[in-house]
Amino acid sequence: MAESLVSARNLSKKFGDLVAVDDIDFDVHRGEVFGFLGPNGAGKSSTMRMIGAVSPISGGTLSVLGMDPATQGPLIRARLGVVPQDNNLDEELTVYENLLIYGRYYGLSRKVINERIDELLRFAQLDERRKSRVEPLSGGMKRRLTIARGLINTPEMLILDEPTTGLDPQARHLLWDRLYRLKQEGVTLIITTHYMDEAEQLCDRLVIMDKGKIVAAGSPRALIEQHSSKEVLELRFPVGTQEEHAGPLQAMATRTEILPDRVLLYTDDADRVADEVHRRGIVPESTVSRRATLEDVFLHLTGRTLVD
Amino acid sequence: MTLAFPARVLEANARVYRRTYRGSLVSTFVNPVLYLLAMGVGLGKLVDAGTGSSTLTLPYLTFLAPGLLAATAMTTAAGDSSFPVMAGIKWRKTFDAVLATPLGVRDLVGGHLGWIAIRLTFVTFVYSMVMTIFGATTIVEGLAAVPPAVLTGMAFAALVTAYTAKIKDEQWLSNMFRFGITPLFLFSGTFFPITQLPGWLQPVAYATPLWHGVSLCRGLALRTGFIVDPWVSVGYLAALTVLGAILSTRQLTKRLVK
Repeated sequence: MAESLVSARNLSKKFGDLVAVDDIDFDVHRGEVFGFLGPNGAGKSSTMRMIGAVSPISGGTLSVLGMDPATQGPLIRARLGVVPQDNNLDEELTVYENLLIYGRYYGLSRKVINERIDELLRFAQLDERRKSRVEPLSGGMKRRLTIARGLINTPEMLILDEPTTGLDPQARHLLWDRLYRLKQEGVTLIITTHYMDEAEQLCDRLVIMDKGKIVAAGSPRALIEQHSSKEVLELRFPVGTQEEHAGPLQAMATRTEILPDRVLLYTDDADRVADEVHRRGIVPESTVSRRATLEDVFLHLTGRTLVD
Repeated sequence: MTLAFPARVLEANARVYRRTYRGSLVSTFVNPVLYLLAMGVGLGKLVDAGTGSSTLTLPYLTFLAPGLLAATAMTTAAGDSSFPVMAGIKWRKTFDAVLATPLGVRDLVGGHLGWIAIRLTFVTFVYSMVMTIFGATTIVEGLAAVPPAVLTGMAFAALVTAYTAKIKDEQWLSNMFRFGITPLFLFSGTFFPITQLPGWLQPVAYATPLWHGVSLCRGLALRTGFIVDPWVSVGYLAALTVLGAILSTRQLTKRLVK
């Protein structure tokens, strides 16, 4: 049994009448990448802020690095790295100065910080931007700088809140690669995301949150096996004709989902069902058969209603 | 060397200032020159030549300069504790970044106010030098007015920080300058003795922190004696500073540690 760096039992967070986190249990083990998945407002960020020892818990128990955030906040924070959703960098300062100031907040000596900055700038591929002001940097660069900043104190655990939201695909892949390297170096990572591909790529284990509760937990693979069929057949029909086909289609699959733009048929053999659809004379505009992904699990568990 | 927690915030503020100092440095040197020229020398000629100046027994420039010193400390402190604090809380959220480290809200407030104390010392020192060059005071008396000016600024820094931490919308910052700082600047005895104000307004003026700051600066710079016991003024300004620091800490905790 791996050592637990974070352990929560019946953890909850309330803001007045609003219950943001509702009685959740989870453990994060040393060396793993642990994910919190969920739609907006599911309670992911609130949970992260409690783990980061900046937000007091409202109920239950929480232990971080073996300590109590309520009484040992500064000691916990000294050993954590935090990458918040907003980069909150000092945009008037240079890349180097941002890292220097942050290192000083942790009470590190200038010498230690300077050595660390050299390493981190290489790691974040920002060596050439060392003396640039932050403000004109691209979104991906700012994000990597924020991650580098979160690593200035050589933390045992790095907490990242939606690390790649708003980045283009290249920037995301570069970031994933850097996070994977950190994991290989033994840093425990906790991330929140609403990108399923990100969770599948990065997370060893994850929990899916919805309305403050954990609705499923496990490895991405296990979650797909547990909550979805192996394969999915996606059918697209001309606008307005989808409903009339829904009835006969439902009989062909273990489960169907009717989306605004597509019908999804969950099955263990998508090609066989596709043949069946044709045999019955149903002609969709397009047909895609694919393996089930975490997204199918996610949509199934958290519903398809849009959360604004 | 490991710095005390608030000193780490102070160091960061100093570093940010080093990036942005040029504009504020110009105003530090140029503003006193402009004000003393326009008001002290220009307007002062008219005042001194006027016939009805029964309340002033000294040149207007001499009267004005220490008052402006205190008022400058106030506006500097209010400026540094309003928009930059709002940026830290809301616009750039740099305060959140600080609180993710071992530092806490107290360190944040302590470092912020500590840095403002240093800024105020510099600004008022320069001002007192300009006053001396204009011949408004001697160098020793000008310097004597620096500590009370800094104290005046600190009272405003602490109170304005608390206010900024309380308000949600930045429009209330403009309102604070419009309805708070500007009237204080004009009516707290900076430009004329408050005995010139209508009788019912005088108690209000006596209650304002700026008036106490002006009274201290003028009393020390001109050796004209004080209208109220100077220790009462010192105590009042110090109490406001402490009150403001406590309220700032409480309000920022409510706002950021939720």
